[in-house]
Amino acid sequence: MTDVTGRAAPRRELKKRSTSDANVRKRRARERRFQAYGVAALGSAIAMLVFLMVTIVGNGYSAFFQHEVALNVDINRDRLNLGPSPDEDALARASYRLVVRDALKAEFDTVSGRRELRTLYGFVSNGADFAVRDAVLANPEIVGTTQQIWIKTSDDIDTLLKGQMSDVARWQPQSAASVTGTTGTVTITAGGQAFATVLEQVKAHLQDVADELAVRQARLESIVEDQKAAVAELTRSNSNPEEAARLVGDIAANEAAAKQLSERIAGLRQRAAAAAGSEVLVADLPSYLVKINGGLVKITEVSAGEAKGEALLPLQRGTPAPQGSWEIVSYLTPEADRRVKDMEIAWITKLQAEDRIEERFNIAFFQNGDSREPEIAGIWGAVVGSFFTLVTTLLISFPIGVLAAVYLEEFAPRNRWTDLIEVNINNLAAVPSIVFGLLGLAVFLNFFGMPRSAPLVGGIVLALMTLPTIIIASRAALKSVPPSIRQAALGMGASRLQTIAHHVLPLAMPGILTGTIIGMAQALGETAPLLMIGMVAFIVDIPGGFTDPATVMPVQIYLWADSPERAFVAKTSAAIMVLLAFLIVMNAIAVVLRKRFENRW
Amino acid sequence: MSGLFLAGIVLVLAMAAYWLGRRRALASVSGRIRDLHSLPEYYGYYAAAWCAIPALAVLIIWSVFSGTLVEALVKSSLPSTVGSLSADQLSLFMSDVRNTVTGNIVSTPTPEVTAAAAHYQSLEALSQWALTVVGLALAVAGLLYARRSIVPRLRSRERVEQVVMVIMIGASTIAILTTVGIVLSLLLEAMRFFAKVPITEFLFGLEWSPQTAIRADQVGSSGAFGAIPVFAGTLLITFIALSVAVPIGLLSAIYMAEYASPRVRAFAKPLLEILAGIPTVVYGFFAALTVAPMIRGWGESVGLDVSSESALAAGMVMGIMIIPFVSSLSDDVITAVPRALRDGSYGLGATKSETIIRVVLPAALPGIVGAVLLATSRAIGETMIVVMAAGLAANLTANPFEAVTTVTVQIVTLLVGDQEFDSAKTLAAFALGLVLFFVTLALNVLALSVVRKYREKYD
Repeated sequence: MTDVTGRAAPRRELKKRSTSDANVRKRRARERRFQAYGVAALGSAIAMLVFLMVTIVGNGYSAFFQHEVALNVDINRDRLNLGPSPDEDALARASYRLVVRDALKAEFDTVSGRRELRTLYGFVSNGADFAVRDAVLANPEIVGTTQQIWIKTSDDIDTLLKGQMSDVARWQPQSAASVTGTTGTVTITAGGQAFATVLEQVKAHLQDVADELAVRQARLESIVEDQKAAVAELTRSNSNPEEAARLVGDIAANEAAAKQLSERIAGLRQRAAAAAGSEVLVADLPSYLVKINGGLVKITEVSAGEAKGEALLPLQRGTPAPQGSWEIVSYLTPEADRRVKDMEIAWITKLQAEDRIEERFNIAFFQNGDSREPEIAGIWGAVVGSFFTLVTTLLISFPIGVLAAVYLEEFAPRNRWTDLIEVNINNLAAVPSIVFGLLGLAVFLNFFGMPRSAPLVGGIVLALMTLPTIIIASRAALKSVPPSIRQAALGMGASRLQTIAHHVLPLAMPGILTGTIIGMAQALGETAPLLMIGMVAFIVDIPGGFTDPATVMPVQIYLWADSPERAFVAKTSAAIMVLLAFLIVMNAIAVVLRKRFENRW
Repeated sequence: MSGLFLAGIVLVLAMAAYWLGRRRALASVSGRIRDLHSLPEYYGYYAAAWCAIPALAVLIIWSVFSGTLVEALVKSSLPSTVGSLSADQLSLFMSDVRNTVTGNIVSTPTPEVTAAAAHYQSLEALSQWALTVVGLALAVAGLLYARRSIVPRLRSRERVEQVVMVIMIGASTIAILTTVGIVLSLLLEAMRFFAKVPITEFLFGLEWSPQTAIRADQVGSSGAFGAIPVFAGTLLITFIALSVAVPIGLLSAIYMAEYASPRVRAFAKPLLEILAGIPTVVYGFFAALTVAPMIRGWGESVGLDVSSESALAAGMVMGIMIIPFVSSLSDDVITAVPRALRDGSYGLGATKSETIIRVVLPAALPGIVGAVLLATSRAIGETMIVVMAAGLAANLTANPFEAVTTVTVQIVTLLVGDQEFDSAKTLAAFALGLVLFFVTLALNVLALSVVRKYREKYD
């Protein structure tokens, strides 16, 4: 760009330089921007991975723990229907349900009525009977005595205690309080606006509900608008009078609903805005419980300095409670939307005060098969099923894969037939896994009549699926063995097969094993083909062989993910963590194999 | 189990044969190994092969076909009252018989069932005995023949190597057999489907509701098998997945290939590969439980009506899953672009990003297209994410906030659970599977040929 005549027009050159400077700046900015796009893309991919992992772990870690409650169980001979000297068999067969229920009833003797009793019995897990039975079988001496036995709480109680059912807050008001009684309706009076926070929160909640309803009302109104337009269109074209009549009916209904909503909203807003006064707490508002004088009072009506409520647990004394000795506990999810009601919270409070509820490591999760009850359900059945399936897969795909790889790499003449095989293998590697499931269903189940849900069939299907992976990896490993090894062996008089079997294959083995492990890891995580061959059945028993009905870990995850109970969300995530742990171990072994034993030529 | 036991016995016999053969060979030359044609163990292998291979072959073939054979025999010998039943009732009857034999019966069996079950059991026992006798006889006969034929001049190594070669060829044809099995089973079942539902209705029909009436007098639901809404749903979700995966995957690949320091690369590449190693059921759970409610929440906060099984959630998560397919393949092709092209561009004064956009990417374009095609085929065939996060109802819509269904979802819902195997409903799954197989196959072949052409250009 050296301009010989440039001196003649200095102003033009100045201008030129400044535009070229601007140009360079622009290009540099573009360069930086482009690089930033790259960083952002890579960062977002990694962020998604991290987010996925964090969600799984955050959801799942709590499933490794489970709350248990210590019940004083009277192991009564008569209630168990046992003779004077029962043998082990009779002890194992007896029903322990009644003694568990007796223990619960004895604990909370104020509970009566069918519904309340059913709720009470639902406090502990359905597997409580077995916990008592195991305790008795472990020590038959305890029959006829009262024993403290740790029993799993039901999944709902456990979920509440883990804080997954409702936001819980507790605080101690800065004043003393006096009470007007110990049972029934109790009025708590405290100085210094002790209940002002409660009142504020309730009003805020009312406001939130009103806002939510307003959104719904707005949507209804926009629907009405649309419908009106549609009716106008229909009447103008006069094409479909029935449809128009139906729409007119709909409009009327929707308008009525919208009007009702607006009235409710106005009512709620008014309550929320009202300066002070008192509020009545009903089941669709958050619950506020006052722990005072060893009892528990559920607030039903609250003003800034006074709360009226019902004693869920009777107070031990009617004396005034000094500052710091009483507290308010709030459950922000309204009782109506909660599976655990305030009464059960009162029971929990009582047991907690006696240190009889504990969070313990949930070893049953690693020992049990599947169950409809989340607190009993375990992963072991699926782990064993996965084991049998993978053993079948390995036994079929490893020998066939290695033999095929050796033939194709070392012996096969280059002709159309081997080309066909090669194209085939590459295509099979990319066939969707569910197609292998269809193959298994049509050929193995329907044509050969093999058993449904069996690890044997699952293993065969997965073996066909992983075969291409193993063949491709094995061929790469064989190819990386240098020809000098083969030439040396052949020169020493070995046959071609001896050369391969004695020299090439051992050297290629680390690579082959790495490929095999990666293929097995793939098979371990595979779900879709197994759904096709019936491995989705609900199976409680731990499978004992290759033809027993079984399920595998990914399918178990799929089944649990479909279960409605809140506790199964945690179980599913925990099962995913176990599955990922297996996969990480397998891949780590593959990496170590590659690093330690692979020869670089 | 007795089949496995028998196989075990045959293997023990084969070991004995190895030992006997080896000893026989050594004895025949009174210990002077150099008088033998092959090393002594090859005589052992020779004997073992003669002992085990025919017996095991018979064992496998027998156990594959004996079930069908026994059932056919039982069916043919049924009393005429049962024999005149319709095909459906007959299969029901046979399943009763099987259940009686295995002992998991719910109701008390009728006398016909009991009789047939007894017949079934006796035939099965007979077949078991015959198998044992024939298998062991073959093994012993093979052993004796091999032992007799062992002489010093026997070319036992060559014979053994021939056998191994045949086994290896057999192993490598398994891949072909699998493909043939897939094509045949899909094609045959799909043919049966097309006999009930015309192929034009399947390929061009606009309504998909495969629920057929169970009883004849049931109202409605005679089943409609127009697969266009299903295909459209698959395409919509695939499109969403690709619009997540292609920009992220491609830009990550460019960054890793051109900008990243070796340390960043060594750290980021395995992390991206992890995304491909996570089981799809995990993605499905993530999509259904985390992403779908999140999108629904966002939609609600801006006043959009989002279905809880929106195509967007399934598509986005599927996109995350296929990022590594796009990125690692693109990475390979970008690094394979010859250095000279880059140097030429730099020499003309281009910046790095200009070089990448104007020179490297156009040169690598065929490879990138191949990568995207492979990712597309992955997305179309992916099952678990959509089964868990996409809908079941076949809506013909392009709105990503609505629930749509896909080919794989339909296959799973049609085939999971107990159902009769002859209804158009179950057979429809195979027709969908056939379409799926050929579409993914075509995409793969196309992608591989594009990539190969590209490789040839620069190698």
